[in-house]
Amino acid sequence: MLPVNVEYVESIIEKERPDGIMLAYGGQTALNCGVNLAQAGILEKYGVHVLGTQIPGIQRTEDRQLFKDSMNQCNVPILKSRTVTNFIDAKVIAQELGYPVIIRVAYTLGGKGGGVAYNEIELHEIVERGLRASLVGQVLIEEYIGHWKQIEYEVMQDYDGNNVIVCNMENVLSMRVHTGDNIVVAPSQTIDNHEYHMLRSAALRATKHVGIVGECNIQYGLDPDSDRYVAIEINPRLSRSSALASKATGYPLAYMSAKIGLGYTLPELENRITKTTTACFEPSLDYIVCKHPRWDFAKFDLVKRKLGPTMKSVGEVMAVGRSFEESLQKSIRMLDIGNDGLVLNRTTMESYDEEQIEEYLSHPDDLILYYVAAALKMGISVEKIYKLSAIDPWFIEKIKNIVDIESKLKQEQLTTSLLWESKKMGFSDKQIARAKDKSAEEIREIRKKAGVLPSVKQIDTLAAEWPAVTNYLYLTYGGNQNDIEVTSDEKGVIVLGAGPYRIGSSVEFDWGTVNMVWGLQENGEKNVSVVNCNPETVSTDYDICSRLYFEELTLERILDIAEFENPKGIVTCVGGQTANNLTLSLAKNGINIMGTAADDVDRAEDRSKFSAELDKLHIQQPRWQAFSNIAEAKSFAQDVGFPVIVRPSYVLSGAAMKVVWSQNELKKYVKEATDVSPDHPVVISKFMLNSLEVDVDGVSNGTDVIIGAIVEHIESAGVHSGDAMMCIPPWRLNNKTIETITEYSTKIAKTFNVKGPFNLQFLIHDDHVYVIELNIRASRSMPFVSKLVKTNLISLAAKAILGKPLPKLPENKWQKIHNFGIKVPQFSFMQLEGADIRLGVEMQSTGEVACFGTSFYDALAKGLTSAGYTLPRTGTALVTVGGSQNKEKLLQPIARLKSLGFKILATEHTAEFFEEKIGDVEVVHKISEPTRKPNIADLLYERKIDFIINIPSTSTLEKYVGMLEDEYQIRRKSLELGIPVLTTIELADSFVKTLEWLRDNQTTKDPIEHYDKID
Amino acid sequence: MSRVTITTKKSSHANKFGKLILDDGTVFDGMGFGYSTTVFGEIVFNTGMVGYTETLTDPSYSGQILTLTYPLVGNYGVPDSSIKDQDGIPKFFESNKIQLRGLVVHELSLTASHWNLSMTLDEWLYNEKIPGISGIDTRALTKNLRTGGVMMAALVVSDTEINVDEIKKQLSSAPNYNSEQFMDTVSTKQEVMYGSEEKSVVVIDTGTKNAILRNIRDLGYKVIKLPWNTSFEKIMSYHPKGVVISNGPGDPQKCPDTIETARKLIENNIPTLGICLGAQIIGLAGNTQTYKLKYGHRGQNKPCVNLENNQVYVTSQNHGYGITPESLNASEFNLWFTNADDKTVEGIKHKKQNCIAVQFHPEAAPGPYDCKFVFEELKHLMEEGKSAEE
Repeated sequence: MLPVNVEYVESIIEKERPDGIMLAYGGQTALNCGVNLAQAGILEKYGVHVLGTQIPGIQRTEDRQLFKDSMNQCNVPILKSRTVTNFIDAKVIAQELGYPVIIRVAYTLGGKGGGVAYNEIELHEIVERGLRASLVGQVLIEEYIGHWKQIEYEVMQDYDGNNVIVCNMENVLSMRVHTGDNIVVAPSQTIDNHEYHMLRSAALRATKHVGIVGECNIQYGLDPDSDRYVAIEINPRLSRSSALASKATGYPLAYMSAKIGLGYTLPELENRITKTTTACFEPSLDYIVCKHPRWDFAKFDLVKRKLGPTMKSVGEVMAVGRSFEESLQKSIRMLDIGNDGLVLNRTTMESYDEEQIEEYLSHPDDLILYYVAAALKMGISVEKIYKLSAIDPWFIEKIKNIVDIESKLKQEQLTTSLLWESKKMGFSDKQIARAKDKSAEEIREIRKKAGVLPSVKQIDTLAAEWPAVTNYLYLTYGGNQNDIEVTSDEKGVIVLGAGPYRIGSSVEFDWGTVNMVWGLQENGEKNVSVVNCNPETVSTDYDICSRLYFEELTLERILDIAEFENPKGIVTCVGGQTANNLTLSLAKNGINIMGTAADDVDRAEDRSKFSAELDKLHIQQPRWQAFSNIAEAKSFAQDVGFPVIVRPSYVLSGAAMKVVWSQNELKKYVKEATDVSPDHPVVISKFMLNSLEVDVDGVSNGTDVIIGAIVEHIESAGVHSGDAMMCIPPWRLNNKTIETITEYSTKIAKTFNVKGPFNLQFLIHDDHVYVIELNIRASRSMPFVSKLVKTNLISLAAKAILGKPLPKLPENKWQKIHNFGIKVPQFSFMQLEGADIRLGVEMQSTGEVACFGTSFYDALAKGLTSAGYTLPRTGTALVTVGGSQNKEKLLQPIARLKSLGFKILATEHTAEFFEEKIGDVEVVHKISEPTRKPNIADLLYERKIDFIINIPSTSTLEKYVGMLEDEYQIRRKSLELGIPVLTTIELADSFVKTLEWLRDNQTTKDPIEHYDKID
Repeated sequence: MSRVTITTKKSSHANKFGKLILDDGTVFDGMGFGYSTTVFGEIVFNTGMVGYTETLTDPSYSGQILTLTYPLVGNYGVPDSSIKDQDGIPKFFESNKIQLRGLVVHELSLTASHWNLSMTLDEWLYNEKIPGISGIDTRALTKNLRTGGVMMAALVVSDTEINVDEIKKQLSSAPNYNSEQFMDTVSTKQEVMYGSEEKSVVVIDTGTKNAILRNIRDLGYKVIKLPWNTSFEKIMSYHPKGVVISNGPGDPQKCPDTIETARKLIENNIPTLGICLGAQIIGLAGNTQTYKLKYGHRGQNKPCVNLENNQVYVTSQNHGYGITPESLNASEFNLWFTNADDKTVEGIKHKKQNCIAVQFHPEAAPGPYDCKFVFEELKHLMEEGKSAEE
């Protein structure tokens, strides 16, 4: 587990001496690293061959000018555009092409830093930002074709030049919106045979010409008024789109591409679904797939929700159905954002006047399709909606079908034929219930009695032309025959996955899901099925389990599947909060929950019950209270004193969780919290300043409890656990505290009869140990703990779930590990235009890295490097700190920095303080005072600052007391310029100590060790 | 910045009574669209995801009821059939009418949207008096055909309730597809010329798609389309540089006149290309045998291996009969292309003479354009007197 950069990869090449290297599988990070390795002559030096697309081929797609030349050579049209390296040239080109123009950045990720400029001022801002984000200092200015159709093709090609199209896709929101943020259907829906094959041929021509070996994605703009088209870009690697295409078709692109990289030809490889036909073919779909992005804008302050050329979503789902309406509404439910479909949701959209709706349709944000539905209800014509939104009328008409069914449901009697009609249009029982003023259970009863049931269909790559041996399945109302049957001797276990990646629930839970499947299989379960809907996951690879249901994680659908499968039981403890939240309702419907009993899970999730149990155990909690009206809340807050934390009872990743400092704020956030989780009461608790947070991950079978590890947060409490840097072993806890935590954990696990994984969060304040919460499920930190401690906690959990004894592990094994492990969050603020990067109780990180080392600083140095921090040897640091307490705390780190030879710059007050204490501090002036020089803005742009320590004023937590515009400006600008900003004292301190350590030490570069064998 | 007017059209003949009744007794209940009538024909399926305009006008579908496995059909409407290119070949249609007897889909798009449309699929079927049925579990139907083989079926679209027993009775006495003779209906009655180039190629019309004519024309030849039973002598009176025997419906054995002509073309070493039915006819002329496939090959994703260079091409196919692989050994041909999936014969080359044939559709329409080189191959035979590969 090492950073993916030239330095570290070279060290591995030097040690391992491989014959070949594959660059197409680690996203843009790996591709860039590979190109850099080649350019630095490292691959040549060690005789390492690139397998798959060669470096010149990669460059022909990545470098804008080379790409243009290549497309011209193979007769594939492209947009009029020019590459520039400075603003003056950009201005000239933009005038030539005419505004609006789009700015694209060379060698970057996810359209990072690009944008549409409607005038010179916007052009200036975007070009400057883009030039800095680009690894090669280039941006492209091109004509803007936002209203064109955006069509993509996934291409496979071998060394012999055999090539096929695996999938094509159409973006519902046209060229206007980055494909990562677009609602995407596969196959394309609105283009005819001529257009389909014209683009297909061009794709094969283009990829052959640039020399792709393996897989690539080509993206087109297609004029909606003619067959004029342009190629936009080629991704010479596996991408988010290729993961989607793999799941959409059942054609495993990465697997095939790897084989091709090794030298196999396409016809030599077999179709892994039929096992009899060749992989050199083009899948034929007999369903429609709809991909829907998951955004988490609500977690970010000041962020712009508008969708455009920069990708902002954090995850996605894929729905399979036999009508567009069905797939679309399924996909909305899969997002797990509280919506039951496009219409008939719990919260009705507010009403708009025509002017507002026109504005919303013209500038899409995450609610665009809801606005289309609203516009249709207002009687705005399809034609007008099309003109404003550039969404093809075909899709608008389909949305109209959904809107029409809604009114039919509201007005007409619920006949069997109307039930069928609504189900075929993707309506859930909940939506129908809402229209009919009944409960979802009642609708389910009526529906089952009428025989309105979904069919189980296979995804088989060949539209039923050949028999499939793999059970890759989905459910649809567009049919009346099941493709498979589950006989009683195939009775198995169903494992629920975690749904879309989002802030707070990412690949960790997929790791849990997959390891649970394997664990169950290792312990003798022959038939393990998985239900999940996230195309980016391994758990949705159809060869992981016996039967894969690419389906919604909703009660209705899980019951459908359970009725079809008649399983021994369902595992809900590895799919994050999405799966966990279904535990109680599934149990109520008579489903056997495998693992901790639903009642016990409920006792942990329900704060009152949980507190009562803790009281019995004499274990303390920070003071809290549940309330349902604002008056009670206010009096509690007054009683314990501000700040307090407000949150809904059932919660993950701090959804709608806030630290509140005043009565007014309290009122505002109570409303937000009830919106997210209306069925559960809202909770406020005392917020304890200056305390440490600790996570415990463990497994129990009800009698024995295994503590995986105690994990300490490097930041003090108040930074969300998902955003905090974490360390094993803890470095600030004394032995007595560790003993107490261990004792509490064991007691709690036993009290709650935990059978499977659990995670406990503690707060340490003045040497007292408080319990914050218990999650009876796999946690975010479990893979991290498992890998460091060399004990796969989920494997143990599988045993526990099946009622098997847990193996005897060495007492406190985690304390005997010699390595240090550090987990560092990865943020994506850059893509979220306007977002502030200050951390708080709302989780904001979109990923994480972890590195192990022989010392704390060894691990931390690698962790920081992996997360994208540059660790300078010398240079200049800008320090701006609010509050005297913070300044005091930073004294030592700054002095240390100075002794390391760094030049210290600081804003007036900060400078004054440090000048007096340590001397030699240079004063710089605020961005808001541009006439006073030297000014921070200039220094940032001139790259005269290597990193910034910016501790927000008064307290890291006081986010809402009033944003200090100037500090925000500093953080935002430096972020946009790629300069590291350290916003907590702990991070600043660790960072400086790491720099010091690096002066005399080198990081280790060892591979991680295997899990210890358990019996 | 957006389209000035949007081109959408609504269906007006959908939501009628509709039933599909198979010879094995299976009854599918759906919604009728297009024209209200009852038809009998062989039911087959096609797995292509686009190209219904081209498919429906392909004469090879004569006598058949076609199921499209892709569930959403009619999305982009149907273009104007009267639009022709400079040589008078229809631009978007493969023949002058819908050739199949009935259409089976899962979902008919009630609204069509495309810059090039002039009518909806529903309207088109109605105008051409062809019934269509939607709301069918086409996947279940396809699996039925895959396991049971293609069979006769009745498709009924009606404005009133349908009497299933009555239709079943009619179905049992309806003429069987296998014994039908299609040439009189699909082939041209007289010669038709396209283009004014000096050199010409004769296309023997056993139900040709216009795409074949377009491709020959694009090679730089005048196209002379002649009836299926034109004699060798008559053909030679046009002094063509070469001859194409086209695709078409039904059993190749039902075209004895064309087989005889093919035999003479080979004998006299006239550069000849056979496509689909044409390939089977050439095969029969050179001592191979043909047979009926269980459920045929109909789609746009069929991988074929060129045995001369081991390249694999994704091809468009539509055939229910094929050349018996075992019969090649004792014939005048070498195997040229083989189906990568089921090893059926996809192309043959005459051992001595300038005669080649492919089972797939190099002219595409619908489907991929990857095999246009087959026409180049014919050109080589005509210009150089030998195959391009040699």
